[in-house]
Amino acid sequence: MTRMCLVMALLAPIAGPAFAADQSQADRGHEVYQKWCTPCHGTGLGKPGTSSAAAHGAKPAVLEQRTDLTSKMIETAVRNGYYFMPRFRKTEISDADLAAIISYLAHK
Amino acid sequence: MPNLPPGVNRKDFQDAIAQFQMAVGKEWVFTSDEDVELYRDSYSPFWHEPEDPVPSAAVAPDGVEQVQQIVRIANKYKVPLWTVSTGKNLAYGGSAPRLSGSVVLDLKRMNRILEVNDRNHYALVEPGVSYFDLYRYTQEKGLNVFIDAPDPGWGSPVGNTLDRGGGHTPLRDHFATLCGMEVVLANGDVVRTGMGALPNSRTWQQYKYGFGPYVDGIFTQSNFGIVTKMGVWLYPMPEMRFTGTVSVPKHDDLIPMVDTLSYLMNSNIVQGTTRVASSLTAQARDAELIALRSKPGGAAVPELEDYLRRKSLPYWSIDLPFYGPTEVVPAQWAFAKRKFSAIPGVQFRDGATNKLPPSAEDLAKVANTVPLGVPSLAIFSALGPNGQGHIDLSPITPMTGQAVFEVMEVFDKVLQEMGITNVGVVPAGTYYPRSFFFLFTFPIEHDVEKNRETRAAFRRLVQVAAEHGWGEYRTHIAFMDDVANTYSFNNHALLRLHETLKDALDPNGILSPGKSGIWPKHLRKART
Repeated sequence: MTRMCLVMALLAPIAGPAFAADQSQADRGHEVYQKWCTPCHGTGLGKPGTSSAAAHGAKPAVLEQRTDLTSKMIETAVRNGYYFMPRFRKTEISDADLAAIISYLAHK
Repeated sequence: MPNLPPGVNRKDFQDAIAQFQMAVGKEWVFTSDEDVELYRDSYSPFWHEPEDPVPSAAVAPDGVEQVQQIVRIANKYKVPLWTVSTGKNLAYGGSAPRLSGSVVLDLKRMNRILEVNDRNHYALVEPGVSYFDLYRYTQEKGLNVFIDAPDPGWGSPVGNTLDRGGGHTPLRDHFATLCGMEVVLANGDVVRTGMGALPNSRTWQQYKYGFGPYVDGIFTQSNFGIVTKMGVWLYPMPEMRFTGTVSVPKHDDLIPMVDTLSYLMNSNIVQGTTRVASSLTAQARDAELIALRSKPGGAAVPELEDYLRRKSLPYWSIDLPFYGPTEVVPAQWAFAKRKFSAIPGVQFRDGATNKLPPSAEDLAKVANTVPLGVPSLAIFSALGPNGQGHIDLSPITPMTGQAVFEVMEVFDKVLQEMGITNVGVVPAGTYYPRSFFFLFTFPIEHDVEKNRETRAAFRRLVQVAAEHGWGEYRTHIAFMDDVANTYSFNNHALLRLHETLKDALDPNGILSPGKSGIWPKHLRKART
């Protein structure tokens, strides 16, 4: 066993589960984001959320590339809407899914 | 504090909620202000006004048996239910009820794709399935079908078909693609229409009519039942899409131009949504044209023709969409050109050619992928970066050049009289066969005074259109009574028939009160 493997093995019981849980939440968030957010906030042509953000001076305009989004901002936009973005109900994006989206965007 | 349904006391309401919770699980009954708020119309023309409808609660079943239980409970306590499928019918009310205090019956959790068949080209889906879901499914399974989606892809095939929405490709008249439904009636009974009424039917989604009266239509734009499954026909994946543009130089050329378009569409040669466009729209900000139009009496038609001729611009143009085999589409375009060649001065231009299904590379080059069979949300770009919503007035008119002239003249006059300048106009679209569809898009803002003006203008135009014989095909919940009242032949005989059906099928009036102007007896106001 190499020294690095030994270190990893020793750390695993302490850091592993928490990291794995965060990663799993972020992975789930990526999945939910792809389904619900990308059609409007993705890259490329025909993404009105991205175009609107760019027009309002957001840099970058693609949500996944931003590092300044807070949990509150994301939650408020999803539950209250923003400009022409409508509210999303809990049968569409559950509280757990919303938390996962927040986790995913925080991991970017 | 819930906004109680009219005529329901607090005790009965609480009992009904408790029983809804037993039926679907506590997690799927929403009663807190915070949760109920999510069901209000994001594009409401009543923002910040007391008339903005607020539900009392929402209940989200996961299957037909739970829907049956819910209607039985609603009947017991006379609690009105307002049914939504994906709840994204924006511009028409979203997930908000017509009657404040209704419980929203949210079918989004019923999102199963039960079958997609690419030998006979159809799908059987539940109401919570979106066009995006259906597209993803066909991609994952590699199925040889082509989906006609409405502009926003988060709508559902069930909901859009029930609202008689339209798309852009050969199967764009969505009601015409309907083939078999499962419906829960107000008494909790489950009915299957068409061949679905035959136990062990093998052709529920292949043959529409079954035996006896054809009833599917009465469950569209109505409140006579809750549709829990629907068959929709899909198109076999075509090999290609091509657009060719036809342009004509003179104002009156529109008359033979539209007659030729009608011939080609009714012959299934031109097979997609298009619209009449004028160079005058694109040139609207040109100083010379503004000066011409500003002179006393406005610009005469010969002056406009001369202006366009000097700029080498056509007066009218139409993009013709063709779908089909690579051998056939060029022949269809050649035939269309031959037919239009009877108009002196006509010009033709080849447009985009897309191989289908489109490659990822091709899709990346197109802003709105809906005409290529790929659902999208690109349409929302039309609202502009500061848009807060819209409502649409969409009268159906004859498919003739004369009708286009008349509609534009009549509506321009009324909008000018009312000082309305912010309406987006898409003239003479071909979403449905044998008629034109005009689209007047009114912006909605979070501004009480502006929305009041918008509502007044909207109502005025509904009336003006009706006086000229042009009826709305669909409308926002705020205007359902206005539109229903324009269909008034023989002292509102059609609405009286709807009310007769309503009273027979739903005597307690629990299903979507007020939908399309159809109110249950206890809420029916005397018609004037």
